[in-house]
Amino acid sequence: MTPADFQTVLPEFCLAIFAMAALLGGVYTGKDKVAPLLMWLTAGLFLLLAFWIGAGITGERSAFGGMFSDDPFARFAKVTILLSAAAVLVISQDYMTRRDLLRFEFPVLVVLSVLGMMVMVSAADLMTLYMGLELQSLALYVIAASRRDNVKSTEAGLKYFVLGALSSGLLLYGASLTYGFSGTTLFSGILSTLGGEIPVGLLFGLVFMISGIAFKVSAVPFHMWTPDVYEGSPTPVTAFFATAPKMAAMALLARLLHDAFGAVPGEWGQVIALLAVLSMFVGAIAAIGQRDIKRLMAYSSIAHMGFALIGLASGTAFGVQAMLVYMAIYVTMNIGTFAFILSMEREGRSVTSIDSLHMLSKTAPLQAMAMLVLLFSLAGVPPMVGFFGKFYVLQAAVNADMTWLAIAGAIASVIGAFYYLRIVFYMYFGKETDGIDGRIGTIQWGALMIVAAIMVVGVINLFGVEAPAQLAAEALVR
Amino acid sequence: MAAAILALFLRGDDAAARQNARWVALVATSATFLVSIFLLTGFDPADTGFQFVEEYDWILGLKYKLGVDGISVLLVMLTTFLMPLTIAACWPVEHRVKEYMIAFLLLETLMLGVFCALDLVLFYLFFEGGLIPMFLIIGIWGGKERVYASFKFFLYTFLGSVLMLVALVAMYVQAGTTDIVALLSHNFASDDMVVMGMTITGGVQTLLFLAFFASFAVKMPMWPVHTWLPDAHVQAPTAGSVVLAAIMLKMGGYGFLRFSLPMFPIGADLLTPLVFWMSAIAIVYTSLVALAQSDMKKLIAYSSVAHMGYVTIGIFAANQQGVDGAIFQMLSHGFVSGALFLCVGVIYDRMHTREIDAYGGLVNRMPSYALIFMFFTMANVGLPGTSGFVGEFLVLIGVFQVNTWVATVAASGVILSASYALWLYRRVVMGDLIKEALKSITDMTRREKAIFAPLIAMTLVLGIFPSLVTDIIGPSVSAMVADYHAAVPVVGDSKLALK
Repeated sequence: MTPADFQTVLPEFCLAIFAMAALLGGVYTGKDKVAPLLMWLTAGLFLLLAFWIGAGITGERSAFGGMFSDDPFARFAKVTILLSAAAVLVISQDYMTRRDLLRFEFPVLVVLSVLGMMVMVSAADLMTLYMGLELQSLALYVIAASRRDNVKSTEAGLKYFVLGALSSGLLLYGASLTYGFSGTTLFSGILSTLGGEIPVGLLFGLVFMISGIAFKVSAVPFHMWTPDVYEGSPTPVTAFFATAPKMAAMALLARLLHDAFGAVPGEWGQVIALLAVLSMFVGAIAAIGQRDIKRLMAYSSIAHMGFALIGLASGTAFGVQAMLVYMAIYVTMNIGTFAFILSMEREGRSVTSIDSLHMLSKTAPLQAMAMLVLLFSLAGVPPMVGFFGKFYVLQAAVNADMTWLAIAGAIASVIGAFYYLRIVFYMYFGKETDGIDGRIGTIQWGALMIVAAIMVVGVINLFGVEAPAQLAAEALVR
Repeated sequence: MAAAILALFLRGDDAAARQNARWVALVATSATFLVSIFLLTGFDPADTGFQFVEEYDWILGLKYKLGVDGISVLLVMLTTFLMPLTIAACWPVEHRVKEYMIAFLLLETLMLGVFCALDLVLFYLFFEGGLIPMFLIIGIWGGKERVYASFKFFLYTFLGSVLMLVALVAMYVQAGTTDIVALLSHNFASDDMVVMGMTITGGVQTLLFLAFFASFAVKMPMWPVHTWLPDAHVQAPTAGSVVLAAIMLKMGGYGFLRFSLPMFPIGADLLTPLVFWMSAIAIVYTSLVALAQSDMKKLIAYSSVAHMGYVTIGIFAANQQGVDGAIFQMLSHGFVSGALFLCVGVIYDRMHTREIDAYGGLVNRMPSYALIFMFFTMANVGLPGTSGFVGEFLVLIGVFQVNTWVATVAASGVILSASYALWLYRRVVMGDLIKEALKSITDMTRREKAIFAPLIAMTLVLGIFPSLVTDIIGPSVSAMVADYHAAVPVVGDSKLALK
């Protein structure tokens, strides 16, 4: 490792050191008693790193002989990942303390998985890709099962592990095929062996790798684990699943497709478009039958991934930009929504049934209002910010001559609007039943309100997310 | 200018959060009306371009651009004029007044935005955004079947407009801008194209036209996609129905005038016969359906669909009289149908039923109500001297020049509308007062009379001096019609060539 390499991976290095130090510190001091402190420390470190990466580093660098690259695209994804992970830690603190779930391993595992994600989005080599992906996934398997005495939580962890292992297998198989046919694991090397024509072996490798990553993105037909894992995991873990890993997997997919297979966008564009259409429709239709808000959010995220994939399917720089903006908006919306879901409880016990939201507008008008904004935004109804995400990806599709995809997306968004509207309907026009208490922790309340405000105020200029996204996309697609 | 209006609303929203939300809302809407009067006096009808343009940069190369021309300025006036009356009309609402008022103020902001927007995306934003407050108004303050009605309303219109969204994106990609002024002069490709084995005459223009048509036809609403309207109207609270009928339906007509006709003239020309016959069927069919209704609001809702049929016919006649008449009809229908819904609201507040059978002989207890109801029934029928007559007459003249058969069918609608409106009037107001429950009904209060007074005045003024309106819209309309005909002959030739 040369000093220049070290410079490039410094943020990741800091995170790794911190994770190990925290683990040791936790074991030798008060164990779970230091957990709250550790949560805050971790969130603080994430913020610091996000600021550092976002504002302190410019240009493009690569390390370890081109296996690790640090460009605007990676930085955009990293900042989103770090910020969302910090936000999730902050909003889940209160929930975990009250339910006695707060173990000091939780923040440590989150740090490790975030580290994995950062490696993923910077990967410029199949080995780096796999290493990051596994680091991320292993940490996630554990926290999914972190409520050890709960059947559903352990089931979620196990299910996630088995299916995750399967997807890793697919990915590895695809990677080895790719290596066999191109003779290199470097993305840049693969790109240079492709001369506009793709050998069948490489095509197989590509499809297997896409399938493997599609598991992580939870794109249909590789989505089966999502609802069960979302439902079974403790809510803070679900909130985490729905945000940072999605961003990371999506960014990884974009990187693999453009950096390694950018010469043949026509070959994978079709596959991604198919995944997108299936995800949008299955997500929208299956969500209608859900009564549990966490399962509902699982299908909602499947549908949202479908929309983000539209951006990728178009195979252009603008498509990547649209995808990044979409993901940033999606992650923000989900943080707000999960802040609310974390606070849903009746007589001190948390509930997740959407029936319990009946007439929330009476017991907690302000929260209901904020949720109303979020739900309309999730449904993509203007003038909320969620609409602009949709607008971006649709534009990318039409730009790339995939109007049929845009039309499919538009229709799926109408179907999707129905189940979001139904929650609004429960909150505002429902019948009088035992609703939730409407109490909410200060931090969760703050997060909910801030996100709702962002969804409305963001109409003005999307908080400038456009310019960095454009920069990132141009760095990736050349 | 228009930004001043918007700023006013934002303030109104905050203030409405206080105790006396009603007064604040009333003051806010009245103030907007006053501001819009300045807008009208400062408006120069001779200029056919857009005036009072406000422009700021926005995201994604889009612009925040507002402005009005001869076509939209009067619709803005209609909106600002009706809103204070609507607010005054929902005085009796006791249930969650604050939210109610906020919803209406928000709705007014969005509706004005629709009429003022000079950027396609901005237009879409306002157009769709209006669904949210209306969804809530119907859903929270509506009648018994309100949930069904609000969902139907929302999903129906949402489906219509997402197709428009795709078309909008396609236009952006083709023309490279979403500025409406620039798009108006952009020629979209109209070469025939082949999609999945079918040849589409008029190519891109036809497809774009159809996508926009889907959205506006649902909004308008045109037969056969009108079925959301009776449900929404019946279940909405009185003020909601008024806004829906008087203003929101106009957004569809406005859309045809602003986008479909001038931007896709060739597509429009090809599909004009379809629109004509859909409208003609709408006029006759919905009038007949109106005859069979037992619910007053439903009857008026169907009559709205019929009247909107005149508007679409007029617009697609694409000549000076037709388009003038269509705009006139939109304004007139705004006053008249709004007033009719208010009339129903007056007795609904007293008796809590809208069944026609529950009433009869109201003239004995409510003479002034009978008079006012009579007046608006006549205006609805299109009696000369009221604004309803001018609109229908102009439209029929316009259409007659283009398509005699459609004009004949449409004219029969005048007779049908007379039959259902007068029959309604006879059943509700005339006759002996037999029903026990009605014996203690009281006549209109001063507040209610005050609401109707300006509406009567406007209906009469427009009926007697139609030039007030036609002078303002005239130049803009003739410019638009001229552009349209300049573009269309091209296709006339190609049609011949095809033969």
